[in-house]
Amino acid sequence: MWHLGTVIALHDETATARTITLEVSDWPGHIAGQHVDVRLTASDGYSAVRSYSIASAPNSERRVELTVERLPDGEVSPYLTQEVAIGDSLEMRGPIGGWFVWRTQQTEPIQLVAGGSGIVPLMAMIRTRASTGSTAPFRLLYSVREPGAVFYRDDLLALSNRDNKVSLTYAYTRVAPKDWPRPPRRIDAALIADVTWPSNLAAICYVCGPTPFVENAVGFLSASGNTSDKIRTERFGPTGDRK
Amino acid sequence: MNSHPYDYDYLDGNAASGELSAIFAMDVTIAEAQCAHCGATKRFAEAHLYMQAPGVVARCAVCEHVLLRFVKARQRAFLDLSGMTCLILETSQL
Repeated sequence: MWHLGTVIALHDETATARTITLEVSDWPGHIAGQHVDVRLTASDGYSAVRSYSIASAPNSERRVELTVERLPDGEVSPYLTQEVAIGDSLEMRGPIGGWFVWRTQQTEPIQLVAGGSGIVPLMAMIRTRASTGSTAPFRLLYSVREPGAVFYRDDLLALSNRDNKVSLTYAYTRVAPKDWPRPPRRIDAALIADVTWPSNLAAICYVCGPTPFVENAVGFLSASGNTSDKIRTERFGPTGDRK
Repeated sequence: MNSHPYDYDYLDGNAASGELSAIFAMDVTIAEAQCAHCGATKRFAEAHLYMQAPGVVARCAVCEHVLLRFVKARQRAFLDLSGMTCLILETSQL
């Protein structure tokens, strides 16, 4: 179950988040939305395990991309975002989780709702949709602190402009670009009602973000008429470096 | 923050899937779990997961009753499933 991945590329997404591309020779393949556990072991034997979502679509090169946000007090994320170098090996367990996943045979409308680094597993879904030529209708609502905190901006722009596009809405919570129509504030019921799929389409909603964000988003989605059996969540919180 | 002790400090049952994969041959998080307290049957992935304890505690998303406790200590793993009356696994996974 544990694999050894070799770091083959590093890319800074923002001032505090880095994408690590790993080559894993015995990688069994993954499904969009799954995560891995990364284990770091110190020379004295102390080890720490944290979960990170996979950002990349399944591919034939046995490559896995993880995007890690640095937490100031984190045990693992400062190493992964600042110290790790190309050629290093990382212990990984996975792919993990069969619930918060999007499978390519799904054809119903999909509503993605991301809070901050909660975009990571949803990006894997968007990339998988593109790489497999799926035409499942996708919408993404991406709540983010400020323009500089957006992950995958170019990729999102490219994928949202293509034919059978992914409809993309940014919601800035602290600082918005100049002339942005909506003043910076948290997502609310009106925004959810405005930009997500009408509930009569029975979209499957995938919500990922910090626990308070997920709580709010699920509340607004429910108030808009989405039933709880159509809403899947992945929370991360202060308990670990999750995502 | 809300004063309710359970608010905002939990994750989803999905977050336990790595730990539990070391014990179970199947992905337990996609199984349906029946709560021994309120009888609600939901996916284990939807349970509320608390990881601040020395181990992992999963609580029913409906009534917050403890479904599962899992602690690793002294080269042993302690798994308490008494909060679940039934765990329904999809055999298509087998």
